[in-house]
Amino acid sequence: MAAAAAWMTAAAVVAVLLFLVASAWPLLASGRILTAWTGGWHPYAQPPSYGVGPMILVSVLMAAGAVTVAFPLALGLAAFAHGVGPRPLRRPVQGLVRLMAGIPTVVYGFVAVMVLVPFMRHSFAGTTGFGLLPAILTLSLLILPTMVLVIDARLGRQDQAWVVACRSLGMNHSQALERVLLPRARAGLVAAAVLGISRALGDTLVALMVAGNAAQAPGGWLDSVRSLTAHIALVLATDTFSPEYRSVAAAGLFLFLLTGGITLLIRRLAAGGEA
Amino acid sequence: MARFRLILCACAVLMLVAGCGGKDDNTAETTHQQQGALAAFEGLSGTVNIAGGTAHIPVMEKAARAIMTAYPGITITVAGGGSGVGAQKVGEGLVEIGNTGRPLSQEEIDNYGLVSFPFAVDGVCAVVHPDNPVGELSSEQLQKAFAGEITSWKDLGGADAPIHLFSRDEASGTRKVFWKKGLNKGAIAEGANIVASNGAMKTAVSQDPQALGYVSVGHLDASLKAPSLDGVEVTQANAASGVYPVTRKLFMNTKGQPTGLTRAFIDFVTGPEGAVFVQESGYIPLGK
Repeated sequence: MAAAAAWMTAAAVVAVLLFLVASAWPLLASGRILTAWTGGWHPYAQPPSYGVGPMILVSVLMAAGAVTVAFPLALGLAAFAHGVGPRPLRRPVQGLVRLMAGIPTVVYGFVAVMVLVPFMRHSFAGTTGFGLLPAILTLSLLILPTMVLVIDARLGRQDQAWVVACRSLGMNHSQALERVLLPRARAGLVAAAVLGISRALGDTLVALMVAGNAAQAPGGWLDSVRSLTAHIALVLATDTFSPEYRSVAAAGLFLFLLTGGITLLIRRLAAGGEA
Repeated sequence: MARFRLILCACAVLMLVAGCGGKDDNTAETTHQQQGALAAFEGLSGTVNIAGGTAHIPVMEKAARAIMTAYPGITITVAGGGSGVGAQKVGEGLVEIGNTGRPLSQEEIDNYGLVSFPFAVDGVCAVVHPDNPVGELSSEQLQKAFAGEITSWKDLGGADAPIHLFSRDEASGTRKVFWKKGLNKGAIAEGANIVASNGAMKTAVSQDPQALGYVSVGHLDASLKAPSLDGVEVTQANAASGVYPVTRKLFMNTKGQPTGLTRAFIDFVTGPEGAVFVQESGYIPLGK
């Protein structure tokens, strides 16, 4: 049963990769895939250009930004729940994080459009409120509970002997966490970061609703931008035979390779560190 | 039994409504006409799935409601997605009717064997926030504003504040007609925000006092303001007469010639009864 599940999952992933390669084959075979990945998006210009370069840059910036904001917060929340915070507040905080994890993406997007976007518009003159920074902030909130839960589970699984040993050495909770428990939970921290990056890279709705979707390379944190995922969602609705539609394959393939590559890289780094 | 009682109640209410007020002749006639046309669905049952252009949805829903109320054995589903999705889904056989707010491309006709049924004319107009003092624009001003050459409302007779541009996605039929006829195929600034439906455009522009966007005229209401274009008021009457030039047809498309229930639905929408729904939705029926 378990083996069948594993084989099915592996087969599905390979099938997705094969489908993406097949869809992008005209681009791959003619060597135009590099142009498609680095070029700009000017579908109405003469001559037109259908590159997804700006979207790749935006997706990377968005995911990196969201994890940069969310990781310290996740670490803090997990530490709070594991001894740093006052005892009566620990369980409510854990419950709150679980609740956050269950809120659908579209709700985060909706609240961001109704609250964060007008706030950004009023705070920064000359901007529409939609843009890279509000998308990063919303995404960081979205990936935060996932990251906290992963770190939290890892800390909770640790051998109580370590905790006891720390206490007997006279360490308080914060010192034990900082010096012993968190370093020992290194794999958990890495897993949390990988999950966070993957979720932020793969999220479509928040980017679509909050980032503004202008297909341009960002000149600043407040510029209207379009992620790879939002680009696929927007362009998938075009005429199936249009050149716009073909760029979806290039975008999808890059997203697949990027997510896979980042996961492998971080796992490799983590394994190297633990050895 | 419960449903029967519900229909009885509905009939009683309808009669009451028809019985009061001075315009009862007119109303009674319309109701009578619709019953006449609805008779075409007698004996039919099954499902019609509709997807595509977002401008079509109000008309489709009104027609679907009228038909399904009269004939509970018929199910009609209405989904959005945009013109591109409409052509794609009907071409792949996923829905019976795919709506587009633009004529089909030659590739779509050749590859899928689609047949088009136009049923309404819709205007597309520039919109601003209701508090925006700008009440008229020239074609040239509109083109320059969307191209990003004019960047402040001050240059258009408004406040000294930057213009926030909103445009539509690559698959939008509304974008296509606005770009072609409203902007004379002029550039749209790359920094313009992109929204994915007429509804999303309405939300975005009605929230932002500095916004400049465009919607299908059928979506105009108090939350938006449509400045006149070259002195022509944006009304469906002006769009119908051709005085307001930025218009397009709304199409239903089927794969091959439609038959059975799908045929009956298309005849209903393109017929005089459908015209009432088209008008109620803010569009102009294509005269028959």
